[in-house]
Amino acid sequence: MAWTRKVLRVNLTEGSISNEPLNMQWANEYLGQRGLATKYLVEETDPKCDALSPENKMIMTTGPLTGTMASTAGRYSVVTKSPLTGAIACSNSGGYIGNEMKNAGWDMVIFEGKSPKPVYLYIENDKAELIPADDLWGKSVWAVDELIHTKHQDPLVRIAAVGRAAEKGCLYSAIVNDLHRAAGRSGVGTVMASKNLKAVAIRGNLGVGGINNPAEFFKTTTDGKKVLAENAVTGEGLPALGTQVLMNVINEVGALPAYNHREVQFDGASKISGEAMLEVREGDGRPNLTTNAACFGCTIACQRVSTVDKTHFTVKDKPEYQGNNGGLEFENAWSLGTDCGVDDLDAITFANYLCNEDAIDPISLGATIAAAMELFEEGAITVEDTGGVELKFGSAEALVWAAEVTAKGEGFGKELGLGSKRLCEKYGRPEFSMTVKGQEFPAYDPRGIQGIGLAYATSNRGACHLRGYTVASEIMGIPEKTDPLETDGKAGLVKAFQDATCVVDSAGLCVFTTFAWSLEDIAPQIDAACEGDWSVDRCLEVGERIWNMERDYNLAAGLTAMDDTLPKRLLKDIAAKTGPAQGRVNDLGKMLPEYYELRGWTPDGVPTEETRQRLGL
Amino acid sequence: MLRSLQIEPEKCTGCLQCEMACSYEETGMFNPAKSRIKIFNFHEEGRFVPYTCTQCTEAWCMHACPVEAIVINEATGAKEVIDDVCVGCKVCTIACPFGTVNYNQETGTVHKCDLCGGDPECVKACPTQAITYVDSDHGGLERMRAHAAQNLPKDGAQA
Repeated sequence: MAWTRKVLRVNLTEGSISNEPLNMQWANEYLGQRGLATKYLVEETDPKCDALSPENKMIMTTGPLTGTMASTAGRYSVVTKSPLTGAIACSNSGGYIGNEMKNAGWDMVIFEGKSPKPVYLYIENDKAELIPADDLWGKSVWAVDELIHTKHQDPLVRIAAVGRAAEKGCLYSAIVNDLHRAAGRSGVGTVMASKNLKAVAIRGNLGVGGINNPAEFFKTTTDGKKVLAENAVTGEGLPALGTQVLMNVINEVGALPAYNHREVQFDGASKISGEAMLEVREGDGRPNLTTNAACFGCTIACQRVSTVDKTHFTVKDKPEYQGNNGGLEFENAWSLGTDCGVDDLDAITFANYLCNEDAIDPISLGATIAAAMELFEEGAITVEDTGGVELKFGSAEALVWAAEVTAKGEGFGKELGLGSKRLCEKYGRPEFSMTVKGQEFPAYDPRGIQGIGLAYATSNRGACHLRGYTVASEIMGIPEKTDPLETDGKAGLVKAFQDATCVVDSAGLCVFTTFAWSLEDIAPQIDAACEGDWSVDRCLEVGERIWNMERDYNLAAGLTAMDDTLPKRLLKDIAAKTGPAQGRVNDLGKMLPEYYELRGWTPDGVPTEETRQRLGL
Repeated sequence: MLRSLQIEPEKCTGCLQCEMACSYEETGMFNPAKSRIKIFNFHEEGRFVPYTCTQCTEAWCMHACPVEAIVINEATGAKEVIDDVCVGCKVCTIACPFGTVNYNQETGTVHKCDLCGGDPECVKACPTQAITYVDSDHGGLERMRAHAAQNLPKDGAQA
């Protein structure tokens, strides 16, 4: 079993709530979470709908392993159509609320329509109600979290909410749960706010049970935890330095995009690295990092819990920001730091707090600010646009200002909230936008790591490292080392990572486990928990089915093979200036046709009838 | 030899594996809401602190119980609740200064840590050894050792 087999359906237009059994035939074909919720979205909505209209639906979803003792099994996803990309959105988050939803007895919550007034959904096991949220509207996630806890007189309620940015239409707004874990990418928070849904608050004490084979489950999950503990990345690197273990590594291989991807290395990288977060500061005599922490059920514990130096300009007059908070992930340190040319660790940490506080995707925010900085330096944006702020690369003050106005949706922050693609088009320099399908790049440069370029170009949710993390192979040698500057074999590598990641997400596990786990470790855990035979082969088939279903959604939404590309800057205009990749651009053209062929797609990137039949689509 | 749960908060990551293990041992479900060990997240301070029954020698809960439903397990030293005897009056939950005996609405009785009969599940589940099960006479052993280490000669110096 492992699924609760129950779906909560919330019609926000009518203010009605109902429940229904989970479609178990679909669960057998799509497993759970990412795959299963996407199947529901595909069946129930028109992919051509306006993402911010009531016709779009938003699904919060757990996996069959969510809420069990399998390591990292606390995750949930939000599936909807993205207002940023017009493609499928599926944003995954940890923290505690995924488990709480499962413990309240729900595999999935489907939100339909749009509430006439601001509301929040409160779930207490079988009971669910929509509660007026006029008093929460206009407030940050942190304020909402406190108000809901106080109102229900229950510190154990878990809360996910949108901030002010989403209310003001920032197209890359996130949904933040448990104060600083985020369903971050593709503007899922913007969709939530468009429905006048401010928060989801959950309290569950029904328990997660129905493990198909408990003895086998404890054996395989215990084995799995041992593998994680003994692995150098998941057992040592991630707990000690978090994802920030990568800052210096990626810089050294010449694949750390800087200054809006004009450079591939950053002089200030070591100053904002995971190692730097351990160094005692001059100002207040303590390091940036207080401790590492875990999401629900996670035995890796890569989270950073950090403070900003109390004497730093960002917080010295703001005691409310002087406590501990969710610290820097590599992607955020890169986007807010490296890509903007800022090497001030405290300023970046503070900007990241603002992303937590008002639920903004820090990757898209930093990358959009970087694009704006280039527009400013090229004269396309002036101080008249910014209200006097010198929006220059390297300016910590400008970074923090930009993050603040975007978080609140004020002034030029409304422009930044458009995202890099729309901003650069509006100011007449579309070539400055480092995006795929309208979504901003994460922290790996496709000139220095060829395979990740193909992964970005073909990712179903636009540029993203979490749809096929070939960096694991190309840089870290997991599961085996491939040459980052080589294009041969990368099509197969990308496909393999993409399909496997679909399985990990859909099970309710964290993709970081795959630094140590292969499907050989994961499939037995699913198999022991769920009824039916979940072999590695079946998992792979389910993964491939999910990927193709997402592709079909995007094609039906109007995207084409023309969208499977990278910005010209990376393909032609600016070759890597330094490092091991010096002189290189990304050779996407060498990889893409082979990728389509391996996928069983036409040269135009459309799944063939044969492929559809093979996968039962 | 009696053993006690030893908790070192600085090692806790807040993963709640212990809460799942504890609830599974008692209910057969993963249900942190029913766990008898709880992890507290002090967000501002950036600290997680596990907390559960310390198995007091003169246990307030045991003395307060009007029906003698709480008894000592001589083998483990745990104060255990006899479900069949407990009438759910909750007096023990008031008597306990630490809040570690709690009512369970599903069973109508109270529940508390019973050291799992001498093989605590939370200890086995903890990935960072923040919870260990050690000789009751030497709960302070590791801290003594740490202080003792301060008396070692500095690097390179010979005693």
